[in-house]
Amino acid sequence: MVPTDLRYTKDHEWVRLDGDEATVGITAYAADQLGDIVFVELPDVGRTLDQFATFGVVESVKAVSDLFAPLAGEVSAANEELAANPELVNSDPYGAGWMLRIRAADVSQLDELLDPEAYDALVEAG
Amino acid sequence: MPYGPHTPGDRDRMLAAIGIGSVDELFADIPERLRASGLDLPPPEPELTLANRLQELAARNRTDVSSFIGAGVYRHWSPPAVDQLLLRGEWYTAYTPYQPEVSQGTLQSIYEYESLIAELVGLDVVSASHYDGATATAEAGLMTCRATRRERVLVSRAVHPHYRQTLATYFAGGLELDEIPMVADGPSAGTTDLDALGTMLADPGRPVAGVIAGQPNFYGLLEPMAAIGELAHAAGALFVAVVEPVSLAVLEPPGAYGADIAAGEGQPLGIPPQYGGPYLGILASTDALVRQIPGRLVGMTTDVDGKRAFVMTMRAREQDIRRDKAASNICTNQALLALAASIYLAVIGPHGLRDVAASGAARASELEAALAAAGARRLHPGPYLNEFAVVVPDARVVHRRLLQRGILAGLALADIEPGDAALADALLVCATEVTTSDEIAQFAAALGEELGERMDRVGTVAEVLP
Amino acid sequence: MSVTGPRLEPTLFERSSPGRGDGKIPHPPKDALERIPAEALRTTPAALPELNEPEVVRHYVNLSQLNFAVDTGFYPLGSCTMKFNPKLNEWAARLPGFAGLHPLAPDEAAQGTLQLLWELEEALAEISGMTAVTLQPAAGAQGELTGILMIRAYHRSRGDTERSEVLVPDSSHGTNPATASMAGYRTVTIPSAPDGGVDVDAFRAALGPRTAAVMITNPSTLGLFERHIGELLDAVHEAGALAYMDGANLNAILGRFKPGEAGFDVMHFNVHKTFSTPHGGGGPGAGPVGVGEALLPFLPHPRVLREDDGTYRLETEDERPTSIGRLRSFVGNTGVLVRAYAYIRAHGAAGLREVSDDAVLAANYLKSRLAGSYDLPYDRPCKHEFVASAHTLKKQTGVRTLDIAKRLIDYGFHPPTIYFPLIVDEGMLIEPTETESLETLDAFADALIAIADEARSTPALVKEAPHTTPVRRLDEATAARHPNLRWKGMTGRLMPCPD
Repeated sequence: MVPTDLRYTKDHEWVRLDGDEATVGITAYAADQLGDIVFVELPDVGRTLDQFATFGVVESVKAVSDLFAPLAGEVSAANEELAANPELVNSDPYGAGWMLRIRAADVSQLDELLDPEAYDALVEAG
Repeated sequence: MPYGPHTPGDRDRMLAAIGIGSVDELFADIPERLRASGLDLPPPEPELTLANRLQELAARNRTDVSSFIGAGVYRHWSPPAVDQLLLRGEWYTAYTPYQPEVSQGTLQSIYEYESLIAELVGLDVVSASHYDGATATAEAGLMTCRATRRERVLVSRAVHPHYRQTLATYFAGGLELDEIPMVADGPSAGTTDLDALGTMLADPGRPVAGVIAGQPNFYGLLEPMAAIGELAHAAGALFVAVVEPVSLAVLEPPGAYGADIAAGEGQPLGIPPQYGGPYLGILASTDALVRQIPGRLVGMTTDVDGKRAFVMTMRAREQDIRRDKAASNICTNQALLALAASIYLAVIGPHGLRDVAASGAARASELEAALAAAGARRLHPGPYLNEFAVVVPDARVVHRRLLQRGILAGLALADIEPGDAALADALLVCATEVTTSDEIAQFAAALGEELGERMDRVGTVAEVLP
Repeated sequence: MSVTGPRLEPTLFERSSPGRGDGKIPHPPKDALERIPAEALRTTPAALPELNEPEVVRHYVNLSQLNFAVDTGFYPLGSCTMKFNPKLNEWAARLPGFAGLHPLAPDEAAQGTLQLLWELEEALAEISGMTAVTLQPAAGAQGELTGILMIRAYHRSRGDTERSEVLVPDSSHGTNPATASMAGYRTVTIPSAPDGGVDVDAFRAALGPRTAAVMITNPSTLGLFERHIGELLDAVHEAGALAYMDGANLNAILGRFKPGEAGFDVMHFNVHKTFSTPHGGGGPGAGPVGVGEALLPFLPHPRVLREDDGTYRLETEDERPTSIGRLRSFVGNTGVLVRAYAYIRAHGAAGLREVSDDAVLAANYLKSRLAGSYDLPYDRPCKHEFVASAHTLKKQTGVRTLDIAKRLIDYGFHPPTIYFPLIVDEGMLIEPTETESLETLDAFADALIAIADEARSTPALVKEAPHTTPVRRLDEATAARHPNLRWKGMTGRLMPCPD
């Protein structure tokens, strides 16, 4: 069961909302599917993103995947730790492996995302 | 079929196991109206007959001439050890090393190649090979656009015409490629015009991603590379140096004069001319550009038992994984030629490579003096390493007449730049460590005769042009 | 089996010792470089390794013995066509008349090679049913780029500037969409149907006024002939687009199907696949491109021409302004093309047809032997290759295709292509080619069946394979996270240059 305090996209990103500060990463399932993560390409701070726009790329040894913003807003921070230690995405995907923070333009967009049960069902269905 | 192992009995056994009567049944899914109309090719030949045919074709090429031509492809002595090692089936019949456990030979040799070239060019990241100098240069140009997110590249007119044409083809989809003119007169004639470059870089509406210049340039001349690099960087552009690897034994390497990317042709490293290829595209960059460099990269790692091992790495950049977002579509490269170059460098060694470059320079000095004495002086005044252009009236005609006398008198520049009137009366000649004093003397003597005769002759151009 | 025996090799840099080597060429005079301005010269010489010839030879001989190769064993890599590389071809390419010819030698000095190239173009045109061929592209991927650039030029020449998309099946090789991007096109991916072919309805729906081209591999990367190819090609042309065929799988259809005749407008050949030129550890190859009438004006420059008097020459610069230009320096990978020419002349039409017949027969035979031990997702005759899957085996035992591949190495075989095409779960793409004996095919099938049994009885043996190679299960994650791409602290040049 995925963390219950988060919301999820169908592309396997998670988001934690604190007021209007959204922290974003990818789920353990996604990290697992990708395998050993070797590189994460993140946007510059200050960039504005639409909901579900591509914000970056995550690369593993054998695969690559686009990353999609769960909510629209301005990028307020990108996890610089990932440049030297991309493996954090594998070892701690919901904690130290966070990818970016967005100042959400419209927090009601959260309602369009999957709750933990719905995300688990999505993963189950394969 | 010359190499097939199957006897009729073998085929019958396979058909029986599959449960069909004839192999035609396996092609039944080709719609009838689309089946091949037949195949009309010359009949097959047994090996001996074919060997004779091939020898007869090869004999029709004039390779028995004394050659003074360079223009991007150079004759050097390739120690026989190179080709004999290359002929080992484990090298040339191996595939791309996707299964590292059974490919440590290829993988280690590529890592060594990357290291050798990195040392020669003074940059840290070297791709496992590109197709040739021209495509490596084109990819370098594209790299500068991706890295700077700008869309305009400047290339010196003094870069090899084929490289500029290849750049133009690769850039034809919406990126801008502009030519930096050469200086027309004076001590820097034939080199990149720095004033013009400065002006081109200063256009605020069209920022430049990369500046490309060659060292030596196509005309054999030495360029002010550090100055070009400074101008490029001051304008926020990257600097691409097009280089010739043997010359780097004695010339300052790109890493020392601020190049971000080096591209070039590796053919001079022990690879024969072969009328165009296969050659070796050298592409190297600073560490900062490692994610932008196209092609394979081999790195060092350990295996599960802690042993040192080599593996293709950062693969997710490549087309099979990145697909439409890949930096380049390159898949098959020139791996065997990278191996040839590595073996050449290992056998020749640093002193030997320096001797090759310096011998070429010494012979070229001899050639320059001999040709000048025969009446053909240099077209440009500036310093050169082992290649330069000389003024010869009706150069193409003289060139062909000398060919008939068994001398390949360099390249008639009109053959490669037919639209450039300033080059109509010029031959581009070079000398290397394999050029002999006798050959130089014969060339000069024959040229002297031709020039002497031309002064007497009237209107005979048509009789010798092919 | 040599790959499992020898020890690993130190690098050239570790073998280097100051003062070793030299003696290959005479020393130049001391003043050779005096006329070069000091600022252009190296201040620190290149620190290349110093080795003597015996050491270099041992180094490269020992290293070579760490490689698996067609010359050492069976290499059933799907999509790669690892057939025997004829030794006559190596001899031919090395004939001094071919190898020693400078690419800018005047046409009259190159008549032998020009004739060979022209005849090779004719042969490839006949094999493919195309009107004309260029031999310039250095590889299949470069051939793809050549084809797509010609298609772009074609549309532009007709003032048709809205076409911005290229359709590509989801089973395609990664070079196809990468090529489309390089040419400035957006790739639209078409799903495959359950029978392995292109989904015809999805294909038709995606075709339209924005379609510049479709890129189809036929037979597909699943080794299956596109049964609806006629219908697909008609639909493409009705939409005003052009059809590109990726010819990687030509080994399956020589003498049976000619793409140009069937309606493809352009295709590339991989001579290092179909026409036996060696893979060389990753290259070189060559990717000639054949075109029909529509694209002929746009072929790269220069073409090889034959005059009425029987002589040959290269096209001059201004002769065909519609050309897309050059894709590379000089005429092409001529040394590779000499090998392809020799191969085609050795076989003739009957020989090439037999090549395809035997390649297809061998693949279907292997497929029949593996039925019951592995999943075979497509229940129809394959062509020269087929895809098997370890999907069920993985569910039952946890053993994956990657493990099976590594275990095959212990049995003395190179693994097939794995996890390609992407649309098959736990896939193995197996291509035996026509030059493998029945004994080899049976031994391979036996090994795969034995490994399936091992997966059930002793899965650890498979999961921890290979057990017999000099290195095992490399740490690819660290290699990518913290790349070490060159030897630091180069070791040569510690002795000053003599005289």
